[in-house]
Amino acid sequence: MKPTRALIEAIGLSISFGAKHARTRVVDDVSFRINKGEAYGLIGESGCGKSTILRALSGLNSDYDGALTLTDKELPKTRSKDFFRRVQMVFQDPYGSLHPRKIVEKVLAEPLAIHGIDRASERIAETLDAVGLGPSFRYRYPHELSGGQRQRVAIARALITEPEILLLDEPTSALDVSVQAEILNLLRRLRIERNLTYLMVSHDLAVIAHICERAGMMYKGKIIEELTSQQIRQSQARQDYTREFLQATIEAVARRDEAVA
Amino acid sequence: MTDKSLSQIADPAMPAAGLGAWLRAPVPTSPFHARMQQLWLQWRRLRSNASALFGLCVVVVMLLAALLAPILATHDIYEQNLAARLLAPSFQHWLGTDELGRDVYSRLLFGARITLYIALLTTVIVAPIGLIVGTTAGYLGGWVDTVLMRIVDVFLAFPNLILALAFVAALGPGIQNAIIAISLASWPPIARLARAETLTIRKSDYIAAMRLQGASSARIIFGHIMPMCIPSVVVRVTLNMAAIILTAAGLGFLGLGAQPPSPEWGTMLSSGREFVMTSWWIAAIPGTAILLTSLAFNLLGDGLRDILDPRHG
Repeated sequence: MKPTRALIEAIGLSISFGAKHARTRVVDDVSFRINKGEAYGLIGESGCGKSTILRALSGLNSDYDGALTLTDKELPKTRSKDFFRRVQMVFQDPYGSLHPRKIVEKVLAEPLAIHGIDRASERIAETLDAVGLGPSFRYRYPHELSGGQRQRVAIARALITEPEILLLDEPTSALDVSVQAEILNLLRRLRIERNLTYLMVSHDLAVIAHICERAGMMYKGKIIEELTSQQIRQSQARQDYTREFLQATIEAVARRDEAVA
Repeated sequence: MTDKSLSQIADPAMPAAGLGAWLRAPVPTSPFHARMQQLWLQWRRLRSNASALFGLCVVVVMLLAALLAPILATHDIYEQNLAARLLAPSFQHWLGTDELGRDVYSRLLFGARITLYIALLTTVIVAPIGLIVGTTAGYLGGWVDTVLMRIVDVFLAFPNLILALAFVAALGPGIQNAIIAISLASWPPIARLARAETLTIRKSDYIAAMRLQGASSARIIFGHIMPMCIPSVVVRVTLNMAAIILTAAGLGFLGLGAQPPSPEWGTMLSSGREFVMTSWWIAAIPGTAILLTSLAFNLLGDGLRDILDPRHG
């Protein structure tokens, strides 16, 4: 796929943590571009800096060097309200990402109130329906829901302001395998229905291969190579590390793909 | 029951099967319904906790005694009768009379009003101040946190009663001043608690999610952090009531709280001190009342901690 016009672009992104004398570079000069409507994945082992990139892009961590652009405009370090309407994030742990004392309806009503969006009640019902939760979940507390149901609520919360871009931080890794497949299929369906752009972070090749067209392989804070989902499936990699990584999980990919399809 | 009538107003779709079925319905049909079901579960948990229930009963009895004092009292609390001074408990005077011949039972009932008035008013002043200071310091961090917490430290450096004493000495004796003094002395621990609670939740994903929705700091503090702190603050405040009652009684005892003719328990205790060897009831009865009330608030607070803990949902 030839890049046409980048929706999101990272240019020379570097992120460090720690005090001045003992600073460690977690992300080192990373560049990538994501086109509109595309799903891009970041793969790598734990601690390689993939989630850190996501947190920097989402605006949770403004301490980075380099540039992040959205539709060719560089993003300011403190993001605008408009940015938060266009870009939304789904977190890894559905048990921690929902307020324990708020019913589903309140969770979904909050973003609408912040952005002053009308028809709140109808939108809540529509969005719940879109993520496969019926109206009976509307007045539930999170502790009354299963992990998969909570993650659906979290996805509904991200979708309710009708964003263009969804940042997915290992959205299925806290769920068990059968529920993972449901959530992945939901994410795939939503992307087609709503013409969304995804940036997905995962250590799970099967998940990336299922959702994304392209993925960046990360190792020690750098993107060492980019692969298409086809290349991942056929484990065609140029770098030794990537080949090793693919080899280690290739059986799981094949197995999981059957289950998901 | 009041919540039954409320629910009928708020939810006309309530089935005819009654309140119990409505509370146990598997699928809540409105936000109000969901909240009532949660309250119902919490009430059931409280009901199975014997000591908390005992605490609640004593507190309710106290509240009733304070409310119905004019009806329940048998004598005028200010009427002195020197012919009937220092009488032991009898049919005429259920809990005896004091050194001026006033009925101790009636004075005890009216004293409950003053005690609860001080305890409740102090709580109403202290809880919001502590909550706002603590959550703001904890969430914003940085120099806001440093400034607010150093102020808290200054207040915490003095023992509660000493600080209250100093304020009362400056403001002058009286119930209102006692309330202000006790409030000034007892908001800092609540601010500390709220801050500690805030620090554990400010990094959580659901707060991060709210930031990513574009929520302002004020919206996050008031709408998302405070609801998480309220249970522990409620518990703390309930436990604090005992301390407030004791401080108020202490101030009364030292002559800096309520002034003598008024039947405040600490004042009654202090005036009975001289007669404690000959007429034990004058000191023992208000003393027992202070003890029971403090104990009841402590037990209730303990029980509330069990049911309101967020980990129990």
